[in-house]
Amino acid sequence: MNVGAWRAMRLILQRELCLSFRRPDQLLQPLVFFLIVTTLFPLALSPQLSLLRDMAPGVLWVAALLSSLLSLEALFKVDADDGTLEQLALSAQPLYVIVIAKTMAHWLVSGVALVVMSPLVATALAIPVHAFATMMASLALGTLTLSWLGSIGAGLTVGLRRGGVLLSLIVLPLAMPMLIFGASATDRAIGGESPAGALYFLAALCVFTSSLAPLAASAALRITLE
Amino acid sequence: MWTWFYRLASPPHVYRTAAALAPWFLALAAAMIGYGLIDGLVFAPPDYQQGDAFRIIYVHAPSAWLSLFAYTTMAVAGAIALIWRIKVGFAVAAAAAPIGASFTLAALVTGSLWGRPMWGTYWAWDPRLTSELILLFLYFGVISLRKAFEDPARGDRAAALLGVVGVINVPIVHFSVTWWNSLHQGATLAKFGKPTMPGSMLWPLLAMLLGYMCFFGGVLCMRLRGEVLDRERQAVWVREALAP
Repeated sequence: MNVGAWRAMRLILQRELCLSFRRPDQLLQPLVFFLIVTTLFPLALSPQLSLLRDMAPGVLWVAALLSSLLSLEALFKVDADDGTLEQLALSAQPLYVIVIAKTMAHWLVSGVALVVMSPLVATALAIPVHAFATMMASLALGTLTLSWLGSIGAGLTVGLRRGGVLLSLIVLPLAMPMLIFGASATDRAIGGESPAGALYFLAALCVFTSSLAPLAASAALRITLE
Repeated sequence: MWTWFYRLASPPHVYRTAAALAPWFLALAAAMIGYGLIDGLVFAPPDYQQGDAFRIIYVHAPSAWLSLFAYTTMAVAGAIALIWRIKVGFAVAAAAAPIGASFTLAALVTGSLWGRPMWGTYWAWDPRLTSELILLFLYFGVISLRKAFEDPARGDRAAALLGVVGVINVPIVHFSVTWWNSLHQGATLAKFGKPTMPGSMLWPLLAMLLGYMCFFGGVLCMRLRGEVLDRERQAVWVREALAP
């Protein structure tokens, strides 16, 4: 059967989303992790609201980074273990179409959920309401960038037995620019300044990784699958 | 005309060439570093602001420079190996990674030793320091990814790909970190600006830089021989070359 690339992408996306919504507990775990990590900071440092407000962007971003990383490990692993990934790679579609569909599905499930939940955590961390829009926009761009970067890391570590720690070791250094701009955009919005500059940089990183990461990730998969 | 280039892809040829080149590199390195150390540490005048403490630049700056140079070498060798399927490229990349990581570590350690008397602290979240630290993490990622695979050929290719991805990221990290600090202007302790150096200070520095590059070349040749031997241990030429 000859299927166009767009249709193939849509089908894989549908399949991925369907699979994740049939397992709601696995969907919720990274979100609960996000909540727990943000809870740790006030407990470990100080519950003083003025202090929390200063650290909130950093706390939020680090927690988002870690919880998104948690679900990245499974990006290709489940399909690689039961052989689905090899069948997809053998299909007539270019491998990067499959990578794009799977990564988008990962972002829709983990990234968007984080963005939707972030106002709750932000209120607890005393981030003022007028900064919410910037915070959510920056988180949306940042988690998408992280999903792209993570697809490279997940592709490189998919065949390994204990790939999780290595995945963080690979992805976190690459994610640092995103962390810098994301936290500073939120920080400036809290301070009442214009966050446009940092948001533009985040958007630029997002476009850059969206265009190149699928190619790198499919090259990585070809190496680890063969 | 291109035969010399094609011969670079042949492991036995590389093995012999590296053996021939290594002593030359190391001898040059010894001469340059020897001159640079004596001239830099003894004869160069002390800095009017930093006194004798500035002399650490003769070890620090070349290490920092070589940390980037080694990364580029590793990424370029990995890219060549991935694109043209030249296996020796993987050996070069594998040989360069630990040397580069050591230079990065040396740059960080000497930098923080210099920071203690000058800035009053061993570590500051200065853009340069931070991006050098991230470079060290990138090296660690590449080295451990190569070792994580049971099949060495696969590990080689995965690590080469990560090296290439990392080299795209190096300028991004560098500039983002620079802008990060300018966005959040904190209490910057000092700037490691480029002083306009008089020749008596500059010549030993240049000599050290060249000496370090020769040292890198020499050590790379020696490690490359080891890597080639390890990868080709089943080959007939290895048995012949190593036969007593």
